[in-house]
Amino acid sequence: MEAIFAFCVGLMTACGLFLTLRGRTFPVVVGITLLSYAVNLFLFSSGRLLINGATILGQSDQYADPLPQALVLTAIVIGFAMTAFVVILAIRARSDLGNDHVDGRNPPGAGLPSDRLKEKN
Amino acid sequence: MSLFWILLLPLLGTVVPLLTDRFGRTACAFATAALPAMALVLVLSHLPAVFDGQAVVATMPWIPLLGLELSVHLDGLALLFAILVLGIGLLIILYARYYLSDKDSMGLFYAYLILFMTAMLGIVVSHNLLQMWVFWEMTSVSSFLLISFWNHNSDARKGARMAMTVTGLGGLALLAGVIMIGNIVGSYDLTAVLNSGDLLREHAAYPVIVVLVLLGAFTKSAQFPFHFWLPYAMAAPTPVSAYLHSATMVKAGIFLMARFYPVLSGTELWFVIVSLTGLTTLLIGAYTALFKHDLKGLLAYSTVSHLGLITLLLGMGSDMAAVAAVFHIINHAIFKASLFMAAGIIDHETGTRDMRRLSGLWKYMPYTATLAMVAAASMAGVPLLNGFLSKEMFFAETLDQSSLGSLSWMIPVLATVGTAFSVAYSLRFIHDVFFGGEPEELPKQPHEPPRYMRLPIDILVALCLLVGIWPALLIGNLLAVAAGAVVGGDLPDYGLYIWHGFNLPLLMSALAMTGGAYVYFNREKLFTFQAQFPEANANLIFDKSVKWVMKHCARFIDWFENGSLQRYAFLLILLALVLLGLPLIDLNTTAGLRPQIPVDAVMLSGAALLALSSLATVIWHRKRLIALLMLSVVGLIVSLAFALFSAPDLALTQLSVEVVTIILLLLALFFLPQNTPKESSPRRVARDLTIAAIFGGIIGTINYAIITRPLDSISDFFLDNAKSGGGGTNVVNVILVDFRGFDTLGEITVLGIAALGIYKLIARMGLFKPTSDDDGRPWTEDKHPMMLSVISQGLLPLALLVSAYIFLRGHNLPGGGFIAGLVTSIAIIQQYIAHGVDWLKDRLKLDYQKVIGSGLLIATLTGLGSWAFGYPFLTSWYDYWTWPVIGEFEVASAIAFDLGVYLTVVGATMLILANLGQHTTTERARETEHQ
Repeated sequence: MEAIFAFCVGLMTACGLFLTLRGRTFPVVVGITLLSYAVNLFLFSSGRLLINGATILGQSDQYADPLPQALVLTAIVIGFAMTAFVVILAIRARSDLGNDHVDGRNPPGAGLPSDRLKEKN
Repeated sequence: MSLFWILLLPLLGTVVPLLTDRFGRTACAFATAALPAMALVLVLSHLPAVFDGQAVVATMPWIPLLGLELSVHLDGLALLFAILVLGIGLLIILYARYYLSDKDSMGLFYAYLILFMTAMLGIVVSHNLLQMWVFWEMTSVSSFLLISFWNHNSDARKGARMAMTVTGLGGLALLAGVIMIGNIVGSYDLTAVLNSGDLLREHAAYPVIVVLVLLGAFTKSAQFPFHFWLPYAMAAPTPVSAYLHSATMVKAGIFLMARFYPVLSGTELWFVIVSLTGLTTLLIGAYTALFKHDLKGLLAYSTVSHLGLITLLLGMGSDMAAVAAVFHIINHAIFKASLFMAAGIIDHETGTRDMRRLSGLWKYMPYTATLAMVAAASMAGVPLLNGFLSKEMFFAETLDQSSLGSLSWMIPVLATVGTAFSVAYSLRFIHDVFFGGEPEELPKQPHEPPRYMRLPIDILVALCLLVGIWPALLIGNLLAVAAGAVVGGDLPDYGLYIWHGFNLPLLMSALAMTGGAYVYFNREKLFTFQAQFPEANANLIFDKSVKWVMKHCARFIDWFENGSLQRYAFLLILLALVLLGLPLIDLNTTAGLRPQIPVDAVMLSGAALLALSSLATVIWHRKRLIALLMLSVVGLIVSLAFALFSAPDLALTQLSVEVVTIILLLLALFFLPQNTPKESSPRRVARDLTIAAIFGGIIGTINYAIITRPLDSISDFFLDNAKSGGGGTNVVNVILVDFRGFDTLGEITVLGIAALGIYKLIARMGLFKPTSDDDGRPWTEDKHPMMLSVISQGLLPLALLVSAYIFLRGHNLPGGGFIAGLVTSIAIIQQYIAHGVDWLKDRLKLDYQKVIGSGLLIATLTGLGSWAFGYPFLTSWYDYWTWPVIGEFEVASAIAFDLGVYLTVVGATMLILANLGQHTTTERARETEHQ
């Protein structure tokens, strides 16, 4: 089972990364979400896989490692907040810039990145 | 400890002028002077100890783990400089009181000045090299503020920027040098460094260190070829010039060379670099000074030249030369400060500093003229004045060195030539300004300055005379300890006499005097000669080079930071690949020894579904709705996986987050295009697929390697103590609200901040509200189907009940604040979906920002509550109560904390979704029309 688990984590990572490398905002968001599933599973599995283990005291002799679970629990919630932030950023970017590119293609008149330097002078 | 007050008093003093500014100029000046004066008294109180040769050091640990400490000391050199910095600083405060006009903000000026004074003091009394460097940079910053004090004046701004750039760059070089010294010696403690002279000199990196440290010193002390910034810094108010360019800022470089003299000098490299730089600077400064029509310009180049002289002395390598260098540091500070102040008075009382317009002022200000003449004579090296003594020592040393081998004879000759020019420009300063007929068309009718504006010059000129006549009596001891610190050992026998008999140095002096007089009275020829050369404008060159740098930086940024997330992500992944992949090569066996779980059909089909839906997400990623559906399948299987592998809390969390995430992304699809156009070239796709596959492979391998190895966990502690210490049997929840409660508090804070950030982003968003989807189909007319409305309304109380149940049992069974919060959010969102924002607005009056705020407040207060009982932050407390009907019930303070978590999660989720959601309704559009 461990091999299958690891394979799934690897596959999700690969899929997430591929989508993260796309040129529009939405696939990037989906990619990040997929990647965060993979990361959560990865972190969770550092407590090793255990079937029918107990997390509640007194239920069984064999306990699942609670520490990675606690860490991943908050990671899931914060991951949601961050995904939401990226999504809203994408929506905002579309309404401000008029496009949903993340590949560095600027709308006409937006100027080059170095224009920020010139403004300061 | 009292040593620290030497620094603390002036530091506190920086705020005094700002506070006392409103009580009038005199009061402000006195109040400002009070703390530095106390610091000076404190410094002087250590005089006997330093003269006795005791080590006066005070150390305070700062970050002991990193070996960082604050350390202050007073040795001979530090003492001398501290007296100069504070003594002349006090005179400058008095002088500036009369110099500044009503239009200038006196409080601000004094604040900058005292800040600078603190920084300069910090450099000289620091016993730790890094600490010294921090003060070194502080002088750059505060001198920038002082030079640009008249910031309405573009020259002042440019001059300040140039000074800042040059000295700042030098400061970076110095930092590199200091770090290298620290690495070699193994300590930044000055005593340790000063004791490691041989170690440093014999180290392979020695040449690099010398060059870096000298770069710092030369830029600060305006040594050739970095001397160009000093004349432009003359745009500062004159008190600033008198302070920064006589006794302090430019002397910091000299101080640095003197400080490191015992460890870095003594090699051919040091002698050649330092003496040649000093000599060149001496000559260029002295020659150029003669042609400056601006009084302060003349003095600026004269300063450059005298700094060159001191540098040359430090580069000669004999102990006596070091003594002469220290002596000249004192003398130059005294006469140059008084000359700058005199120039300021002339400027102040006549309205101009141009020597072509000034003349015959003797008649109008005889007193000031006398003072200026004495000081200028000291600068020229006239006998009976202090400048003469150190100049004689300088000449004697030039004769007694062999820095340049067989060419060493050139040094005394060139030194005499330089001094002749020094005599010439001193003569010009006196003769052009005070004599030579009636002045014409001065902007103001010249007259003597106020009595107390002259007082600082009185004092300094008196010192010129007194030191010139009784040198041994007045400063013999101070010079001896300071020079002793520079040499780092015993001093040779020397005598401070006015009269050494007829000797070669005296002849050189006489030659320089007559030569200088000859040059001055035949200056017309020289001026015509000099006029043939186009004047190099350092400012233009500087501007040009700054522009050049900016242009290339801009080009680099455009190339490197082109705004493409794809590229950044690609580079990041590539870097991670290298960092992750390389160590894996050393891992010989992937699989560990831990017994593995056998596979059954259910697991296998779950995994297959996960793999297929992941792939489907990628394959159909351009059809966004389908990709989203596939993504939700992945999320659901992930939560099933959590359930399978004994993590019920995680499964619940993942499930509810999944619902919220998908709703969020569906909402996002309303605002974003529903399809992604095909853009990537096949090559790009192949590249991305390759790198993603390799990366996925690596992550999978690492994961497999980890989970097949036996676990050595610290979790036994949590399992053992959850019940007895935290009062709960759900260990995951106890970890969240108790053991690692502080983490959780931080995490819900992040959650709240993210939600507020999103709120802000949405609030100012321009309206972008498509009326149809990408294919031109209008959004459905039936927004709130009847069935959904009715059922969801009935479900609401049930859902809330479930969330309350999950919340309450969380401490002992799977559940808790996070999950309950998410469930509540989903229940409310369902109402939004079923009824719309308008409907809910009238019925649910919840300000989600306040919900987040109260959640964080409750969580924090719970943590603080344990302080009231004398326990550390977030210690939890619990007890068991027997309630009627319900039975035994546990009351734990952790549940209050969990309530905070619950409220924050509800508030954050709803703030995000409800705000975004209301943009999709007609409500928003109507609002905008009214605006």
